[in-house]
Amino acid sequence: MAGILLVEDDPSVRAGLELALTRQGHSVTAYATGEEALEHLRSRRPEIVILDVMLPGIDGVEVCRRIRRLDPLPVILLTARGDDLDVVVGLEAGADDYVVKPVEPRVLDARIRAVLRRLESASPDRLTFGDLVIDRGALKVTLAGKEVHLTPTELRLLLELVRHPGQVLNRRYLLRAVWDHTHVADSRLVDACVQRIRAKIEPVPADPVYIHTVRGFGYRFSPP
Amino acid sequence: MTWVPTGLRARLVITFLLVAITASAMVAGLGYQIIRRGLLERAERSAVADVRDTLSRLTLPIGASEVVWPSDDTITDEDLDRVVRALEAPERTVIMTYGDRQRANTEAQFTMTDVPDQLRWQAARRLVHQRVIFKDRAWLIVATQIQRANRDGVLRPTGLTAYVFVPLSDEEAVLTRLRTALTQAGGITLALALTLALLSARRVLLPVRRLGAAARALGAGELRVRLPVRGRDELAELTATFNETAAALEKTVSELRTLEATSRRFVADVSHELRTPLTAMTAVTDMLYEDAEGLPGDAREAVLIVVREIDRLRILVEHLIEISRHDAGAATLRRETVDVGDALADCLEVRGWADLVKLTVPVGLTFSLDARRFDVIVANLVGNAMNHGAPPVVVSARVAVGGSTRGWLEVSVRDHGSGIPEQVLPHIFDRFYKAGTDRARSAGSGLGLSIAKANAELHGGFITAERCEPGTLFLLRIPKP
Repeated sequence: MAGILLVEDDPSVRAGLELALTRQGHSVTAYATGEEALEHLRSRRPEIVILDVMLPGIDGVEVCRRIRRLDPLPVILLTARGDDLDVVVGLEAGADDYVVKPVEPRVLDARIRAVLRRLESASPDRLTFGDLVIDRGALKVTLAGKEVHLTPTELRLLLELVRHPGQVLNRRYLLRAVWDHTHVADSRLVDACVQRIRAKIEPVPADPVYIHTVRGFGYRFSPP
Repeated sequence: MTWVPTGLRARLVITFLLVAITASAMVAGLGYQIIRRGLLERAERSAVADVRDTLSRLTLPIGASEVVWPSDDTITDEDLDRVVRALEAPERTVIMTYGDRQRANTEAQFTMTDVPDQLRWQAARRLVHQRVIFKDRAWLIVATQIQRANRDGVLRPTGLTAYVFVPLSDEEAVLTRLRTALTQAGGITLALALTLALLSARRVLLPVRRLGAAARALGAGELRVRLPVRGRDELAELTATFNETAAALEKTVSELRTLEATSRRFVADVSHELRTPLTAMTAVTDMLYEDAEGLPGDAREAVLIVVREIDRLRILVEHLIEISRHDAGAATLRRETVDVGDALADCLEVRGWADLVKLTVPVGLTFSLDARRFDVIVANLVGNAMNHGAPPVVVSARVAVGGSTRGWLEVSVRDHGSGIPEQVLPHIFDRFYKAGTDRARSAGSGLGLSIAKANAELHGGFITAERCEPGTLFLLRIPKP
């Protein structure tokens, strides 16, 4: 049901994933290299990008970084190694989630749906916290009158935090609420995403005033 | 039991000291004896000469004519007193006897009873002397019967016998001073010898100690340890041999390590290479499975086998990659505060085991864990219990309150099957170890428990397994960070 851009260099894997995702009702455009994908990104904007990390030419992490510069598109990384370094670098580059090869199509589908899940439908309130204005109806965030471009995952995480002002939410809770991971997954997803939101809404990201870290527990949204 | 010094250092020092004591005692003793004899002989000679001269100079009313022997009339008490006075000197005791009569000087400290009988008997014929100790002081007794020439010029005894007690206190004082000096010198020599012994023992033992430390370091795996070779003695030879041995050992070990690393890298590489085709296959197995319904009997059977085996292959490769990362030391630990009850419940729920396993955890039990690795450990232990044991499978967690693992997290996984045979227990954490007949129906990769063990060890903890009646109890213990 979603327009997917798949970047994978191995022809068999590419064909297999294309088949499986198409069968699940998505419309898939597949490319073998990051260069091709970036070139076609402008003409045909997908809803989500699935990126293999190990690519010939520019690698998946760099592709992710470049996509992020153009567009707040959700990105899921396909990592072959599951190495911690891959994951950390990928998340820092702005990926919303990652799956480790070999991945079952059911799992990949669930992740795609989680990332794209419709955001808060009800409560069209406008919440104002000083310079920060969050419009839950229009799903727009503005900071001092200027619109902040958040990816769907970042937006969902921010909304989840805002829904419980002053309350500490632990990483497990956020993983379930935002990423829909029922399985015990990687809390680095949460940390990396919070870092990116801070970079976009905090005046001084290193000294946050909106989203506070509570060491050993999680995060708390408490505006000044 | 007597204490026998066994240390090389103690033995060296003791030997050195014994030699020093013996040598200095011999030198001092000999010297003392020579000096003592010389001093005393000189004192004796002068005392004897003094007595002899004095007596020869005296004129006595005897010997001038034919001697009347013994005659009471010729010698009067005054004559005796005169002799006594002539022989007198400070501290001397002089006793003169003539027949039954005795005269002594006024300061006399001794009487004739103090004169040994043998001396008295010898004194009748010649001048004799003897050293004696009276009242802790040395004395020289000089005794002689006075002789005079008769008319014919022949010396004859006169019956007058003189006993002179000469004090040897001066000589004694000199000897005492000498003894003190020698003792002091001996003490200094001993101290010097001790210092020298310790120094030389140190010199000899330092290389030995260095060798010992180096050997220990070698044993502890520090294969690059080498020692500088100094001099050309036996110790230097030993050091050189040690260095050669260490070099040989280092070479062998590094070769073995290279070999091992190569084979491990090979396994890792193979696993990674297998992953790409597996990803392609896994992507389409769901479709195959869904479409198998419409296929004729044989073909459906074949497709189902392919689907099932691809799934097994996928798990095997995942496990191989996981264990390769532990082998390569690439596995990292990310601890965070985790609600143990939630983590265990999640682990069971995700795998569809929630209704099959009984879980007992105190509410609100939190612990610092790597959530993903903890999940892997528990999943492998429970999976093992489900596959090889029999229900009910019971999982419980608590924080240990006593013993050497106080404050550690303890998670137990217990099944109620036939249990693992005693001889198999030590091998269950070995890779690809499968107990006997289980092999055929086992769904596992054969690496599950090895991975659980590796992850527990990454936390600084460990897993133990023991037989229970019935079943087996696996106990995971994880320390606080």
